[in-house]
Amino acid sequence: MSRVRLLVGTKKGAFVLTSDGTRDDWEIEGPLFAGWEMYHLKGSPADPDRLYASQSTGWHGQVVQRSDDGGKSWEPVGNEFIYDGVPGTHQWYDGTQHPWEFARIWHLEPSLTDPDTVYAGVEDAALFKSTDAGMTWQELSGLRGHPSGENWQPGAGGLCLHTILINPEDPQRMVIAISAAGTFRTDDGGETWRPINRGLRSPELPDEEREVGHCVHHIAMNPSRPDVLFMQKHWHVMRSDDGGDSWQKVSGNLPSDFGFPIEVHAHEPDTVYVVPIESDSEHVPPEGKLRVYRSRTGGNEWEALTNGLPQEHCYVNVLRDAMTVDALDPGGVYFGTTGGQVYASPDGGDSWTAIVHDLPSVLSVEAQTLP
Amino acid sequence: MIRVVLPHHLRTLAGVDGEVSLDVREPPTTRTLLDALEAEYPVLRGTIRDHGTARRRDFIRFFACGTDITLDPADDPLPEEVASGAETFRVVAAMAGG
Repeated sequence: MSRVRLLVGTKKGAFVLTSDGTRDDWEIEGPLFAGWEMYHLKGSPADPDRLYASQSTGWHGQVVQRSDDGGKSWEPVGNEFIYDGVPGTHQWYDGTQHPWEFARIWHLEPSLTDPDTVYAGVEDAALFKSTDAGMTWQELSGLRGHPSGENWQPGAGGLCLHTILINPEDPQRMVIAISAAGTFRTDDGGETWRPINRGLRSPELPDEEREVGHCVHHIAMNPSRPDVLFMQKHWHVMRSDDGGDSWQKVSGNLPSDFGFPIEVHAHEPDTVYVVPIESDSEHVPPEGKLRVYRSRTGGNEWEALTNGLPQEHCYVNVLRDAMTVDALDPGGVYFGTTGGQVYASPDGGDSWTAIVHDLPSVLSVEAQTLP
Repeated sequence: MIRVVLPHHLRTLAGVDGEVSLDVREPPTTRTLLDALEAEYPVLRGTIRDHGTARRRDFIRFFACGTDITLDPADDPLPEEVASGAETFRVVAAMAGG
């Protein structure tokens, strides 16, 4: 029977949660790297025993860990992230220019086909690539070298590259997202990039439809339909049917279209999940009710999923990389909260159970479906 | 041999318990000591000093014989008591954060 392994990154260490295909009982292992901020852990689709983890603290900076045995043991690998050439400057919060400075890895995205190849999305926003299993890293500087780069401005969490999507039909095509620059796409494996933000509107900007400057929070796609993208922007849930060339708003009947995570069901490419949050000023669920919203129509029509989720006095947040899906049938959905709960739904969102209640604040959750 | 005390997270990362002992080329200074430390434990590269610039990370300080020598020039000789191994060189992570 298939199994599921959840890789959970928190503010004080990492946890590995495993279950068989029923997803009823979970074994919880951790904390790994106790006391460190674990922004993201992810397994290689080509070799599920190959895991990569981003480990950092403000004291000691960035460490990258790699496991070759599914998380039983870990080895620190390369942590030298040097911007290509003269790093230059980007815009600071006050509009002045600020030197590009590496802070941390927000997201690790292993290649779909080669376990030794992995991408790192970092703060200050840049994309790095390793082809030797994380030992050395090279910047794909065509992204940061885009003429708009000097105008990129950080979001509240920093100038972070947090989303990396690799097109399974054409791995040369990748989509990335940066808060608060927006979305960019390469069609040549990362050499050159162009902004793909047409249709985004951000009323908080002086020019609300400008080419870059949008605070994109997360993007998701179903691998069977890689040109259909779903985006949770600062405000607004968006959809693209042309690989990001244009976007349409699909917030529909959501109680709030502010939020952070967005995910697509593994087998139903029009089934999308978001977690509405009250506002950018109040990062809490509306009315103190933790509700996942599901659309089965690719957006616009949304239903609240509440069975098993707290419906009073709940004021946790769900961060952008803290929701994931598995590939079992029926498909499972998982998310972690800033309150330390990890919720699982083995039935596509119809019902939810807290696997664990009291972890440190959850930064990321990734599911691996194992044979 | 020079005795070095690392903060908790760096001991864990380097896989060591207690102090580490280093053979540092003469004359031992903060710079040559850290060079020797990073050569012996490559995993510590970038965790005390930044890659490339070798700039001390903001929340790290250095103590020798109970004195904060963080802001002393990195090429100044270390006190004889540290150089001889009678006293330790301490890498300290600031008490900050939550």
